[in-house]
Amino acid sequence: MPGIIKGRVWKYGDGVNTDVIYPGKYTYKNLTPEEMASHALEDLDPEFSKNVKKGDIIVAGKNFGMGSSREQAVTSLKYAGISAIIAKSFSRIYFRNAINQGIPAIESPEAVDAIENGETIEIDFKQGEIKTSKGTFKFPPFPEKMLEILEAGGLVNYTRKKLGKD
Amino acid sequence: MGETFVQKVFSKKVGKKVVHGEIVVVEPDYVMSHDNAAPISKIFAKFGVDKVKYPDRIVIILDHTVPAPTEVEASNHKLIREFVKTQGIPNFYDINNGICHQVLPEKGYALPSKIILGSDSHTTTYGAFGAFSAGIGRTEVASIWATGELWMKVPEVHKFIIKGKLPEGVFAKDVALHIIGKIGADGATYKAVEFTGEVASEFSIASRMVLSNMAAEMGAKAGYFLPDEKTLEYVKDIAKADFEVLTSDEDAEYEKVLEFDVSSLTPQIAKPHTVDNVSPIDEVLGTKIHQGLIGTCTNGRLEDLEIAAKILKGRKVKSGVRCLVFAASMQEYIKALKNGIFEIFAESGCVIMNPGCGPCLGAHEGVLAPGEVAISTANRNFKGRMGSREAFIYLASPATVAASVIEGEITDPRKYLL
Repeated sequence: MPGIIKGRVWKYGDGVNTDVIYPGKYTYKNLTPEEMASHALEDLDPEFSKNVKKGDIIVAGKNFGMGSSREQAVTSLKYAGISAIIAKSFSRIYFRNAINQGIPAIESPEAVDAIENGETIEIDFKQGEIKTSKGTFKFPPFPEKMLEILEAGGLVNYTRKKLGKD
Repeated sequence: MGETFVQKVFSKKVGKKVVHGEIVVVEPDYVMSHDNAAPISKIFAKFGVDKVKYPDRIVIILDHTVPAPTEVEASNHKLIREFVKTQGIPNFYDINNGICHQVLPEKGYALPSKIILGSDSHTTTYGAFGAFSAGIGRTEVASIWATGELWMKVPEVHKFIIKGKLPEGVFAKDVALHIIGKIGADGATYKAVEFTGEVASEFSIASRMVLSNMAAEMGAKAGYFLPDEKTLEYVKDIAKADFEVLTSDEDAEYEKVLEFDVSSLTPQIAKPHTVDNVSPIDEVLGTKIHQGLIGTCTNGRLEDLEIAAKILKGRKVKSGVRCLVFAASMQEYIKALKNGIFEIFAESGCVIMNPGCGPCLGAHEGVLAPGEVAISTANRNFKGRMGSREAFIYLASPATVAASVIEGEITDPRKYLL
């Protein structure tokens, strides 16, 4: 995880669920990362996968990622180039899946209200700040365990390290 | 100050007193996966270890796409069978067993005070047996296979007291939908829910499983019933391991206590496209439907099939409407077969399918076309869930689904029961 992430915002509302992020009909199809990226958010915003760029950031309302435990709801966004997700709140499993894939998941209702769709924002992890066109918003630091996983680049690398494989 | 069940389970596991909100590393008693064991085995391969750490703590049950609809799923199943063999995993259940959340309890793994994790969001179901069970991601399961452990937060507990007397024609599913409608799909996010009260104690194990299953739709990490004589009766002859019975102390600390009086509850319906979009049935009566689904891990047990059959007996599924029936497991299937329930379903025009997840997640066996409307006993009605993103899914009890397929529109089951 880099110290600072800068990216363009794709903004969505409350309750974005795992079926609209990554439909169940693809979950057992063994798709390549590129194919997965092409289906990301297809039942919510068909424009997303066509126009998303590496480094873009998703900003959303309450309970982002509610529903299934399917990890592709995180990895499809990761493969599409998403660098971070800011939401008013996350569903529990989605939050864990995001951290475990090395994608910072930040809860900041104030920042979400302020951020406009399409604007470019900056996330400073050292300072715990989100810089937007309407001002700067603070977010609390990640607990140590999550930070270690994020810094390792996700749970696979973290586990390899723990097993003495790196 | 006393302790909650959750504190006690985690304290026992980590060997020291824990508090709510604390992050701990635990070795789960069992870790469950289903068809997604195939991609999990590929993640496992990245860790650089040859063997899983505790083969006998791994449970794998094929249920999501069974029998395999295409070559892709068939190859996944093949990969899993080979992996299980190579790794010496004893607890493997092939496609003829049923849905993971029914099979795991039936085979005696869902036991009081055990910590059970699984790569499926409805892993919360085992809370009906006084276990602490939670859904996790695929990479997390792979990591447990390799290391035997995972970090977890000891969740705060919300106590839901379900009181009063449940009226005739109203069921556990209606109670679950009512609660979700009241608190919202994020009403218990990150929390454990303790279901208690006189209605909860009177519920059968099958009915408790409905609430624990749908705790996932409240955002909860776990949804449990403290073990009682019904729990012990269920597990006594099948338990795969020794277990301890832990309960919450009288003066335990709850983050929230909510009461739900269900004495005047009517059948409830979750409307498209979220589970918390709930209304009493009279607001949606007459909505035309194309397909009914009776079954799934939420409502595919004998008591569910029995009530649906009671309504369908001597009646026909309306012309132009399909009704699919999926028992939750082969064990439940055999019971329904032996006591004549399947004969009733077949004669009424239902299609009886093999035990499994079926079209609930839109993979196969009865998905919806654009513009179609389904009424289902499943736990989710998100857009695109059962196939087309332009289809509509209503969620209800098995009784409501049975009454609705007879009339071809959403129908109050009490008409056929009272």
